[in-house]
Amino acid sequence: MKLEGKVFKYGDHIDTDVIIPAQYLTTADPKELAKNCMSDIDKAFAKEVKEGDIIVGGINFGCGSSREHAPLAIKGSGVSCVIAKSFARIFFRNAINIGLPILECDEAVNDAEKGDIIVVDTDNGIITNKTKNKEYTTQPFPEFLVNIINSGGLINSIRKG
Amino acid sequence: MGMTMTQKILANGSGQKSVTAGQFINCSLDLVLGNDITTPVAIKEFEKMNLSGVFDKSKVAIVPDHFTPNRDIDSAQQCKLIRDFAHGKEVENYFEIGEVGIEHALLPEKGLVVAGDVVIGADSHTCTYGALGAFSTGIGSTDMAAGMATGKCWFKVPSAIQFNLTGKFSKYVSGKDLILHIIGMIGVDGALYKSMEFSGEGVANLTMDDRFTIANMAIEAGAKNGIFPVDDKTLEYIKDHSEREPKVFAADDDAEYDQVININLAEVPLTVAKPHLPENTEAVDKMEKVMVDQVVIGSCTNGRISDLKAAADILRGKKVKKGVRTIIFPGTQKIYLEAMEKGYFKDMIEAGCVVSAPTCGPCLGGHMGVLAAGEVAVSTTNRNFVGRMGHVDSKVYLASPAVAAASAIAGYITTPDKV
Repeated sequence: MKLEGKVFKYGDHIDTDVIIPAQYLTTADPKELAKNCMSDIDKAFAKEVKEGDIIVGGINFGCGSSREHAPLAIKGSGVSCVIAKSFARIFFRNAINIGLPILECDEAVNDAEKGDIIVVDTDNGIITNKTKNKEYTTQPFPEFLVNIINSGGLINSIRKG
Repeated sequence: MGMTMTQKILANGSGQKSVTAGQFINCSLDLVLGNDITTPVAIKEFEKMNLSGVFDKSKVAIVPDHFTPNRDIDSAQQCKLIRDFAHGKEVENYFEIGEVGIEHALLPEKGLVVAGDVVIGADSHTCTYGALGAFSTGIGSTDMAAGMATGKCWFKVPSAIQFNLTGKFSKYVSGKDLILHIIGMIGVDGALYKSMEFSGEGVANLTMDDRFTIANMAIEAGAKNGIFPVDDKTLEYIKDHSEREPKVFAADDDAEYDQVININLAEVPLTVAKPHLPENTEAVDKMEKVMVDQVVIGSCTNGRISDLKAAADILRGKKVKKGVRTIIFPGTQKIYLEAMEKGYFKDMIEAGCVVSAPTCGPCLGGHMGVLAAGEVAVSTTNRNFVGRMGHVDSKVYLASPAVAAASAIAGYITTPDKV
């Protein structure tokens, strides 16, 4: 899968309360959730984000609550992929389970700036920052997780038995 | 190579003689939990599988505790959805208003978790049950759906950090101070993907309520789980609350840990976490004066009977500072009744506090105590992220019930011996 979009860059420890504040958790509709995604730290995000765009974060992205609404809100806003230095474990599971591509890469995060155009080749784990003209290789996911991802998420992998 | 306590439980749960850190396993589940925020999403996923029922009606718990008593029409609709599901699937452990409590206070009290269990919950503070010597961890709604369907969950076997405890707390210091102190030491991702395994002679000096509070906040250090060894106190608690037999596992003597951290409980100070991360800790007596608008005492972290006692002991015969809204949230109906019978609520109400029904309410800025712009709260809850308890420009300081009660009286954050 090839993904391409412009970068929205955030810092370390982006928690699920800022990705989608609790007051909006009375819906599970990704499009509804997307209206308030990141609103506590970036009011412009929901207006500026376009289909395919990429969120870049620092360490421990998605820490805090287990709310699956957080990756759902990100996915619902059209974001194609999240690149971070590390992910909090529940967010990591949730993203894999709902089919939101996530990648870990310190160098790509360090170099990326808001508005950069990034291309991600998820099959080979290659991130290209077109604006900076740089390429990065990420660690591939273990086979166990690749099977879930390739099935189209956890529920589909169970249905396929 | 020896196994950690967590690895022993996961080996047993996945039917293997041994497991090693980094290994992917499929584990049988003893309990699958959800609340009114996460269960609706899980139901949506569950229904895609076209199953007639859940894997085991006695091993699913659904606890509508976050936006209940229903905050608004949308949350009422969500609760109706999960109520209909629970009744339709004959889920045995579904608790409504009148018998509901904050999930992580309620489940141990109902005897639904015992030592050796493998528990997943679509709530990040599911790690609380490590206090009972169980492996329990937070997951998302899709994992909950898969767990309800199959009775299984995949895990990557974690490595561990060992916290070797010695000594006894000094006066007023509690489990909350210890866990805040630890998060301050290792950071909010200091135990990312790992187990926090507590051990050492100091464990015997911790009450069960202390242990629940400590295990509850393992997630705030990024941990997969926090776990305590099973001792006489654990077995007594389980015997008093459950008819199920505990399965006692202990770490091997030659278990390997990524890190061993020694802590003398006597050296742990009364600690707060300043905005906007639980790792921003400071000893209360070293802090600059911080005026507070609201004090919250309760939650899944600190809404148990000894927490309410600690607060009542300080509030008794005193008045909270005029203008400081002090809100008490007991964890469960049983705790509520006990606090009432023991006179804690009388002490609190006479001091100028208000007592709420058990709910997660204000902890996550849901209802029953949301903060306005510029307001400051000291709270016995577990998170102080940006906007966590309300307006994006409000601030939350995390503290123990004793520090919160003292701060309510003073009107600024202070230690109990100053009031």
